[in-house]
Amino acid sequence: MNKSSWLKPTVLPGFGLSLGFATFYLSLIVLLPLAALLGHSLTLSWAEFWKVVASDRAIASYQLTFGASFIAAAVNLVFGLIVAWVLVRYNFFGKKVIDALVDLPFALPTAVAGIALTAIYAPNGWIGQHLSAWGIKAAYSPLGVTLALIFIGLPFVVRTVQPVLEDLEKEIEEAAASLGANRLQTFCRILFPALLPSLLTGFALAFARAVGEYGSVVFISGNMPMKTEITPLLIMTRLEQFDYAGAAALGSVMLLISFILLLLINLLQHWSNNRHGAKA
Amino acid sequence: MQSIKNKLLLAATVLTLSSGLMAKDITLLNVSYDPTRELYRDYNKAFSAYWQQKTGDTVKIEQSHGGSGSQSRSVIDGLRADVVTLALSGDIDPLAKIGKLLPENWESRLADSSAPYTSTIVFLVRKGNPKNIKDWDDLVKEGVEVITPNPKTSGGARWNYLAAWAYAEQKYGSDDAAKDFVGKLFKNVPVLDSGARGSTTTFVQRGIGDVLLAWENEAFLAVNELGKDKIEIVVPSLSILAEPSVAVVDKNTEAKGTTEVATAYLQYLYSKEGQQLAAKHYYRPRDKAVAAEYSKQFPQLKLVTIADFGGWQKAQPEHFGDGGVFDQIYN
Repeated sequence: MNKSSWLKPTVLPGFGLSLGFATFYLSLIVLLPLAALLGHSLTLSWAEFWKVVASDRAIASYQLTFGASFIAAAVNLVFGLIVAWVLVRYNFFGKKVIDALVDLPFALPTAVAGIALTAIYAPNGWIGQHLSAWGIKAAYSPLGVTLALIFIGLPFVVRTVQPVLEDLEKEIEEAAASLGANRLQTFCRILFPALLPSLLTGFALAFARAVGEYGSVVFISGNMPMKTEITPLLIMTRLEQFDYAGAAALGSVMLLISFILLLLINLLQHWSNNRHGAKA
Repeated sequence: MQSIKNKLLLAATVLTLSSGLMAKDITLLNVSYDPTRELYRDYNKAFSAYWQQKTGDTVKIEQSHGGSGSQSRSVIDGLRADVVTLALSGDIDPLAKIGKLLPENWESRLADSSAPYTSTIVFLVRKGNPKNIKDWDDLVKEGVEVITPNPKTSGGARWNYLAAWAYAEQKYGSDDAAKDFVGKLFKNVPVLDSGARGSTTTFVQRGIGDVLLAWENEAFLAVNELGKDKIEIVVPSLSILAEPSVAVVDKNTEAKGTTEVATAYLQYLYSKEGQQLAAKHYYRPRDKAVAAEYSKQFPQLKLVTIADFGGWQKAQPEHFGDGGVFDQIYN
């Protein structure tokens, strides 16, 4: 008879110890700081809390933060897939170098990325001057914010899709082709369903990373209230005024929105798994 | 066994005693704001030499720089600063009020309200002054782009804002007119960087804007480093006397036993040598003799002070607090 009926038997021992460690570690590293965050915002009355989180400026900043993050993650979804595809399916000179380059946005300090991107996209920068000739304002606009978020989010999609793509056997595509499917049909019916769960994971990771991004964005956004001010900047300005409670209030709203969005993405993933029976 | 223990104890006692007789090695941490990097690099050398000569002790001074407001917050949150040298007294007050790290009357502990050197706010324009910017009125004209950091995050930007306010109030005679003027000025700001150095980069390196509102010492540095062929300084008819304040952080120095040397470190800023170093780095010296020596360097202009705004205790919440005048400009 098993000690606990909810625990499936396994050949490896040590479940009790490792579960205990996992719970303790997660509490220390994740739950405790989050509890402190909520604790800080609890010092506000409900009316004060609402005044902070529902002000026009805060709402404009949520729109920019979540809107730009969503667009950036969506762009990364498409182009990350293409990068992963090229890296997995083709062999060419310098492939290893390109593969390594993908991780660069991970490793680069975000402030450095922000300054470099601003230098390039500013109206007198390499790319910025050509864009401004077309009347497009890249740096110091929501477009600049999105560009910075695309930059920092790229590795997430590539690195989650790549291993799944490697596991997919070429023979499936060949079988589909020999059964008379054209290329588009093969992609839509065979490859895409198998890749969808990992694409959604990559999207969720890139999105979550973008929402919390501060360093690179403050340099390229121009930080104009109501226009290009991201929520993390509003949190910083609250902290500058020693308003820890107000900062925590904004932080907890971001956490809530992110949590809901990630939950939705997870549900979508679950649904696609059930529907297509693909492995997660 | 016992004898070894005794010998060790003896050795330890001898060591402690002899090190008490020998010169001490002291380390101080000076937490400062952005544009003082170069000044304190020189000043620390001068002070170490002075202190060694006076007491035989060697002092090593570590510097920390960043936005004035965030530096102040780091000290409250536990950064063990012996002294703070920040952009305005309004950033040291919270150390007393919120952090309880020093008494609330800290400003009266050193001469000149604990501000050993001063500065002011001037304009930096492109070579030849193509938009013909002479005074504050030119900044609210249509088509003129003004670069200044965000007063919410930058100490220097708060001086910029108040200087513009003071000008408008004196010229147009009312608070409402001043509010209107400052509102128009910030409508002309295309980029709000979070700190003074960031704004200088935006203006000089990125080529954005027609005029940069800058600390006088930052403006001199920018002209010297980036070339007289690119930018020039314009001095407005009226500006504000910017008083960067300094203070010993009592709680930390008491714990580390560095109160005496930290106090001397700040007092030496008022000495002839300290004042000359400040002037060399384009801060206006308080010492009359040194000021006279450098009088050619600093243009004369009408200066209001923070006291005209009722002090930082009043000006800070009124203008820069949550829902204050600066927020109203954008809402």
